[in-house]
Amino acid sequence: MNALSQYRNIIPIFRKELRSYFNSAVAYVVIVVFLGIVGWFYTSNLFLINSASLRLMFDIVPWVLLLIVPAITMRLLSEEKKSGTIELLVTKPLSDTEIVLGKFLAAWALVGITLAPTLLYYITVASLGNIDHGPVVGGYVGLLLMAGVFVAISLFASSLTENQVIAFIIGFGMVFAFFMLDKILPYVPEWLTTTIEFLGVDYHLGNISRGVIDSRDVVYFLSLLGFTLYLTMLSLNRRKW
Amino acid sequence: MSISVHNLTKYYGREKAVAGISFEVKTGEILGFLGPNGAGKTTTMKIVTCYMPPSSGTVEVDGYNIFDRSMEVRRKIGYLPENNPLYLDMNVVEYLDYAARLHGMNGEAISQRLKLMVDVCGLGSVRHKDIGELSKGYRQRVGLAQAMIHDPEMLILDEPTSGLDPNQIVEIRKLIKDIGEKKTVILSTHILSEVQATCDRVIIINEGIIVADGTPEKLQQEFRGAEAITVEIKSSEPADAVAVKLKSLAGVEAVERSGTSGHTHSFTLMTAKGSDVREELFNRAVAERWVLLELTRKGTSLEEVFHKLTRAEGGS
Repeated sequence: MNALSQYRNIIPIFRKELRSYFNSAVAYVVIVVFLGIVGWFYTSNLFLINSASLRLMFDIVPWVLLLIVPAITMRLLSEEKKSGTIELLVTKPLSDTEIVLGKFLAAWALVGITLAPTLLYYITVASLGNIDHGPVVGGYVGLLLMAGVFVAISLFASSLTENQVIAFIIGFGMVFAFFMLDKILPYVPEWLTTTIEFLGVDYHLGNISRGVIDSRDVVYFLSLLGFTLYLTMLSLNRRKW
Repeated sequence: MSISVHNLTKYYGREKAVAGISFEVKTGEILGFLGPNGAGKTTTMKIVTCYMPPSSGTVEVDGYNIFDRSMEVRRKIGYLPENNPLYLDMNVVEYLDYAARLHGMNGEAISQRLKLMVDVCGLGSVRHKDIGELSKGYRQRVGLAQAMIHDPEMLILDEPTSGLDPNQIVEIRKLIKDIGEKKTVILSTHILSEVQATCDRVIIINEGIIVADGTPEKLQQEFRGAEAITVEIKSSEPADAVAVKLKSLAGVEAVERSGTSGHTHSFTLMTAKGSDVREELFNRAVAERWVLLELTRKGTSLEEVFHKLTRAEGGS
């Protein structure tokens, strides 16, 4: 069996979950609320600072994602557990890896789709003034990587419980903690500051969105993401203990 | 397509759910798993379908061990879990398509199989409805269609008729019987008539152990005890006198009067194990010039076998 066919079942799971976002109102509500909040904060200040930059938008988006990502991810595994469909899913000839990756990618894709319309701001602002393209590319790459980490963490939260509200709260709590880590720096002993700073999501996001895509930051995001997905697979496997 | 279960044990924490059961299922057999709630039926099925591993013991499906060759086992099995879980926000065709794709089917194969399943399970009129809108009977059919979509060699159905109305139960049973002509089927139930109506073989399980194993007829025979015969006799003699004469028949152990109206008397005769007093009773009636209005033999039903086996164990 070649390496790719081992993962081919990711596709039907991905498609099913993404379709279910759009069949229910979830996708539309998320997109509308996201664009509403981001648009309002961004445009109301854009003309005040009078500079052609997306900086303000990249500042506000992580805060909105903090709330939205746990909300779109909370039901992915908890609902399957609650309704019992998990039993059908895991007795089909597919691996836990495929289940977790399929669901992860679907939620990540929805975040991507939600972010996509903000490219209009980029086009608009770029046509109005001189925009520095580096930070914009970096900003989007950073946001997508951060969203990936948020989705992975929230998916792990969803695997812990069959209650969606609990999944949301746990997911939000963990995501918030990772995001706020470098805000508590003034209160930690000095020898710990570098470690804590490095663990915080915002620190790496800041690096990338300056337009410098450093491999250290990318490795940070990808390893946090991979580790959380691995924990999720372990958690899904709990039934076997 | 056969299953062999050997010495299967499952603990939940310290609680023993299944206590070392062994059985075999041959190709083309419809096996009924009968037992009270909590007897270990569902646990056994969850293990055979690779949902969870046993604490000890082995299961082989068609020679494939559920540990080492889990994927092969899963491909061969169609599973309808307890309570028939479904995605309520998907429509019937979408859901069946999804189930088929998870089994690695694609394109032409799916559309053929899907069409067949919709026909076989009678889902034509609801194929584009959301599953959440369907009645319980239709949902059950969707669950069955889902279990059969990849043309598995073996079906494992956990309480396939629970919660259905009597008409739906008859339909689903017929469906299962039709499927059972070609496939191996294991179904669990706590409804006895179900087993009698559909199964070739019954395993009665109680508190995690197998207490009986055989065809429904064989079990009835084996556990046949004293039989009861109800008779209604019209005679000018008083009921007591008739009762005394009935008692004197060979094989009758006890006579119970169950009612008298005018010259018509009803009795229940308890007979010794293995004796049939009907012929003698008839001859006696002729000799005494009684009019025999009713003569019914009540054999041991599977229900009684079940009660005997599960209550004696459970009550201890």
